[in-house]
Amino acid sequence: MTLSLARLWAVLVKEFIQMRRDKVTFVMMIGLPIMQLIIFGFAINSDPRHLPTLVEMADTGPLTRAVLEGMRTSDYFEFQGVVTSPAAGDRALRDGSANFVVVIPKGFERDVMRGLRPALLLSADASDPSASGAAVAALGGIVDQAVADTLAGPLAQKAASPAPVQVTIHKEYNPEGRTSTNIVPGLLAIIMSMTMVMITAVAIVRESERGTMEALIATPVRPAEVMVGKIAPYILVGYVQTAVFLLAALWVFRVPFLGSWWAFFAGFNLFIVANLALGFLISTLSRNQMQAMQLSFFSLMPSILLSGFMFPFAGMPPWAQAIGSAIPATHFLRLTRKVMLKGAGIADVTQDMAGIAAIMAVIVAAALLRYRQTLD
Amino acid sequence: MSDLAISVRGLTKVFGGRRVVDGFDMDVPKGAIYGFLGPNGSGKTTTIRMMCGLLTPEAGDGTCLGFDILRQSQEIKGRVGYMTQRFSLYEDLTIRENLDFIGRMYRMKDRGARVDRALVDLGLAERAGQLAGSLSGGWKQRLSLAACMLHEPELLMLDEPTAGVDPKARRDFWDEIRRLSARGVTVLVSTHYMDEAVQCDFIAYIAYGRKLISGTPKDIPRLVGLQTWVVEAGEVGTLEAALKADPDVAQVARFGAMLHVSGTDEARLEAVRQRHPGQWQKLDGGLEEAFIWLMSGAQDNFAGPAARGGA
Ligand SMILES: Nc1ncnc2c1ncn2[C@@H]1O[C@H](COP(=O)(O)OP(=O)(O)OP(=O)(O)O)[C@@H](O)[C@H]1O
Ligand SMILES: [Mg+2]
Repeated sequence: MTLSLARLWAVLVKEFIQMRRDKVTFVMMIGLPIMQLIIFGFAINSDPRHLPTLVEMADTGPLTRAVLEGMRTSDYFEFQGVVTSPAAGDRALRDGSANFVVVIPKGFERDVMRGLRPALLLSADASDPSASGAAVAALGGIVDQAVADTLAGPLAQKAASPAPVQVTIHKEYNPEGRTSTNIVPGLLAIIMSMTMVMITAVAIVRESERGTMEALIATPVRPAEVMVGKIAPYILVGYVQTAVFLLAALWVFRVPFLGSWWAFFAGFNLFIVANLALGFLISTLSRNQMQAMQLSFFSLMPSILLSGFMFPFAGMPPWAQAIGSAIPATHFLRLTRKVMLKGAGIADVTQDMAGIAAIMAVIVAAALLRYRQTLD
Repeated sequence: MSDLAISVRGLTKVFGGRRVVDGFDMDVPKGAIYGFLGPNGSGKTTTIRMMCGLLTPEAGDGTCLGFDILRQSQEIKGRVGYMTQRFSLYEDLTIRENLDFIGRMYRMKDRGARVDRALVDLGLAERAGQLAGSLSGGWKQRLSLAACMLHEPELLMLDEPTAGVDPKARRDFWDEIRRLSARGVTVLVSTHYMDEAVQCDFIAYIAYGRKLISGTPKDIPRLVGLQTWVVEAGEVGTLEAALKADPDVAQVARFGAMLHVSGTDEARLEAVRQRHPGQWQKLDGGLEEAFIWLMSGAQDNFAGPAARGGA
């Protein structure tokens, strides 16, 4: 049967007019991403400093003092005092009064001089891995610097590689080294998952809730014309959101953009369409706008929790990774981080694009199956 | 090509296990004005939706303008104008935008001219830029009507088109319907107004999803088997009470200072007239009485299945 471009266009134009007249939604479409950016970008500080730290000193000397001084001036660690036993250190970590315990082992100074490469131990509270990540990552450099400074002059040859002090870290930490630079690119995936899905779902359900669907499908219009015509205007909304996001990311949060703009452009177009299709699917499952809203929020939860936005993807159990892989945001988030932070080009992100495309195909198929051209 | 615009057999629709339309048959001749009557919730809207392809019947089949209602709904939709019972144009579009949108859905060539003409005919030309949602109820009805006639359909299905429309506009509307019918357009119209029912060429009466009766407005009272007499009296209230208490009277309806007294039996009505002396006059027609009679019966019938279902 023949599809009519003119009819599709008419649905699209109508949708635009309605969008323009719905002031509240319009403001939300632009305001929400900005608000989220501010909250996640500024308020949620994923690169915290001045974390409470305790020291267990079994030795002391110029090197120990230099290491501790280096930690203090790094701003990451704030020394709260000294513990006298490992048990006291564990207790402090457990009850949260300290995030870190530094252990200077017995005979530390002497062993360094003898070239025995003793281990400096840092126990980190990993219950909030994102809180300690940056501090832990910085420690290696601090210690090396302290050693280099102290062993200057007559002892300089001791400072040559291999490093005279080993740094041992207890507890896992986020391998990606989470910083605000890392969170902002991920945020785009979340913002779009939220607004795109919800706006489309609501716009379509509104049609049946207000009864206008009955008149619409009494005309010879075809389902594909309705689907594309209703979805297409929101692609433009996605563009606007992305533009706002990029402006803020690059100029307010100073996130670098190292990779290929083309890779980014291709990826976000695909991602927008996938989200709109999901919104369409949700609309076929909802009876009214309230349900559409709730379902959209429901679909957002895994995007936030399992996409690698909140917790490092690699650290999740296999079942969670499996669910995460079925979420478009997971792939888009990887793509954005790769492109913006790691300088990826089109060739580096084909796998992520394929992931989004595959999920999208399933969603579109399900939506078309669910979409009725009748009122049954 | 048959001379029937609509011909359906055994249409059945089930909602949540309840047969809201049950074995519905109907033949509507081309060019006829066909009235569709029945109490609230009897299945009129559901039947119309099935005939224009908006609902899939559980059983039954038929044709609409010669096209199969199950398989050719696309062809049907292009040739039918359907006016929904509930206002279903876009409240946040202007009057002109709405008409224009409908015009585009039917891919009309001379869309602009038709929309302009419709606006002038409606008398809304000056208000074309107003949002449809800001119109009064009656005006919304008139706009919907104009919208469903924009593509000059061969068959109009109008679901209570004049609900809430003022008497003058209703008369204009029926004049228009008769003009269309004279041109060969078939009109299926559901209504609760008797003065509209009598203007139809045929009437079908539906209750609890079944068609109870169909025929011309003249035939219906005879088919129902109801006779009606009019009586005038000074003390209408007293007489009304007395007649209502009379076991030989089936139904009493008050029209100002007059009472319409109906019964199913010639001899018993005669006896009633003897018992209550007054100015008695035989009423011919009596369509409204017939429908009220049918509807009071339908309520009983409805209570029956419901009670059984609950037991
Ligand atoms: N989508 C639906 N889902 C469930 N039940 C429905 C649905 N549509 C209609 N019904 C039920 O079907 C029955 C017939 O409804 P319908 O709207 O056809 O009646 P109607 O004759 O048009 O009544 P009215 O004169 O009030 O417009 C009603 O009992 C109604 O509750
Ligand atoms: Mg109805």
